Amino acid sequence: MASKKKASARSRANDDIGEDLRRKLYLSQLECRQVEQKAYDLFLQNLIKGTSHLGLGQEAVAAGFATAMQPKDYTFCTYRGHNHTLARGASMEGVLGELMGRECGLLGGKGGSMHLTSVEHGAMGSYAIIGAHLPIAMGAAWSAQYRGTDQVSVCFFGDGTTNIGAFHEALNMSQIWKLPVVFVCENNLYMEYTPISEVTAVEHPAADRASAYGMERIIVDGNDADEVYRTAQAAFTRARAGDGPSLIEAMTYRHSGHSRADPATYRPEGELEEWKKRDPIPTYRQRMLDFGIAEKDIVAIETDVDRRVNAAVETAKASSPPGEGVLMTQMWADGGSAWRN
Amino acid sequence: MAELTYREAVAAGLAQEMRRDPNVVFLGEDVAAAGGVFKTTVGLLEEFGPDRVRDTPISEQAILGAAMGAAMTGLRPIAEIMFSDFFAVCWDLVANEMAKSRYMTDGQVTVPVVVRCANGGGVRFGAQHSQSVENWAMAVPGLKVVAPSTPADVIGLLASSVRDDDPVVFFEQKSLYAAKGEVPEGEHVVPLGQANIARQGKDVTIVALAAMVPRALKAADILAAEHGIDATVIDPRTLVPLDTKTILEETAKTGRLVTVEENPRLCGWGAEVVSIVSEEAFWDLDGPIVRITTPHIPLPSADALEDLALPSVERIVETIRTSVD
Repeated sequence: MASKKKASARSRANDDIGEDLRRKLYLSQLECRQVEQKAYDLFLQNLIKGTSHLGLGQEAVAAGFATAMQPKDYTFCTYRGHNHTLARGASMEGVLGELMGRECGLLGGKGGSMHLTSVEHGAMGSYAIIGAHLPIAMGAAWSAQYRGTDQVSVCFFGDGTTNIGAFHEALNMSQIWKLPVVFVCENNLYMEYTPISEVTAVEHPAADRASAYGMERIIVDGNDADEVYRTAQAAFTRARAGDGPSLIEAMTYRHSGHSRADPATYRPEGELEEWKKRDPIPTYRQRMLDFGIAEKDIVAIETDVDRRVNAAVETAKASSPPGEGVLMTQMWADGGSAWRN
Repeated sequence: MAELTYREAVAAGLAQEMRRDPNVVFLGEDVAAAGGVFKTTVGLLEEFGPDRVRDTPISEQAILGAAMGAAMTGLRPIAEIMFSDFFAVCWDLVANEMAKSRYMTDGQVTVPVVVRCANGGGVRFGAQHSQSVENWAMAVPGLKVVAPSTPADVIGLLASSVRDDDPVVFFEQKSLYAAKGEVPEGEHVVPLGQANIARQGKDVTIVALAAMVPRALKAADILAAEHGIDATVIDPRTLVPLDTKTILEETAKTGRLVTVEENPRLCGWGAEVVSIVSEEAFWDLDGPIVRITTPHIPLPSADALEDLALPSVERIVETIRTSVD
């Protein structure tokens, strides 16, 4: 029996995802998970101040899309953007340092948790006003189209965003201009504290609006990195071919509250536990085993991520707070902030 | 020198920059095929084609977002918001996104975008199509604010705005569109942050912006001819950056300062000018500083009422005559 099971696992490892890619997808999800769990610990130690919005439980969306992207592509995300920024390749100490308000932070302490950006990795910013970044992501796609590149612009947002005007303006204009932009709604069932179903006229807040803009209705299991990856690739192929934008609704669930201040008591009893059975990371680990990847290889990935996350925490803790010298810099492109002579 | 209208100067200024740099693109409502509702962009579609001159839906957030995203990724977009009043439906993109992205990202993001709009009153359009909102932009750190008063300055300041690597809000005054003026031949560039001393006098310094500049100049002529008061008239041309040096120097020469502002009274741009002069040139003053503004009311539509509300030549003359006496 044992040998038969192993043989079947080997054959399945040659599916369209394949072993190397599956390792990458697991690694990316795990990096996001471990960094955010450290971020949570650092809140409790009061080493991270202000607010922060964790994406614990939603890692498969960020990892699936980022892994399918090319380095030249653009991502735009929301204030719940730690995962998306990390998945594009931003450093862990840069992310944690920014959350902690340290000099080593991605933004030198000027942006904070809600504005993580790493332009060198194509992570074009985290936007904290709901809706704003859909038109901006569309603009990056317009630029790519005008410059004649085959870059794709990917825009992540939550279910709550589908009820603001900018969502609709961006979908319409992207479609009439046939822009290479992929809009990704992470439907985690709650707009902040309110169930999205209570405030939305349709069952699927993004997908059920797609037809209004001449787009296909696409819903994907956002807790399955393989499915997300496949869906992303299809949308990117379409965008790079000049066939225009896509709107994808990824069904997922956040394990934590909306923000640091939210204990998420509004959720019905047992809902979190049900979703935790579909936690993307242990689920994916089991799939790797099923596909014949040796457990020792998986443990090696996990050990390496642990080591790097711990090192990043130490680096960030050792980094100084930003000094007065940077307060008045970088408002203008000349590096300064003078408004008069 | 050629004579152009302020309206023609907008198209000429846009064309000058679009010919120079293929990364300059232009978008807005009715700007391409129709040539703009104020006919300020006539001929651009024909010269530069539909990839560079694009009509948009009535979607101001999409217009400004598109411009910003394109600016962040290598283009130098110019976006038109038809009436400056419409900023109220897309101000998030201007005040929260364009203005703050560079600082928040510690310089990772550059947003070389120009947002043009038709600003101000004098054409009987009522309270939602006549506002002077340059002070909205002035109050937001990270925005440059430009408001030309002459056709030559439209071209020259538009050139500097497009070439600037920071977001610029460019306020055209709609009652000036038909005004004519001399424009230099060849490429014309006026730096941001350099006031124009439109008239040099010795008794009082008037600081006026946009449509208030020709009114201040006319008032200065009357003051000189009928009341023996010789006024300097300064047009700051840009509110951010602000040429405080010229304002302070010219105020010191006359010992008197009057601002003429089209915006409603509270927190108008003149209040900031007055504050700076009070703090830094108090001992140069021979009398109280005077602000002449639109009253703090929504702008009425009827010509008789609008004329009462906006600072008129007569009101400027009378206010200065009584305050300088």
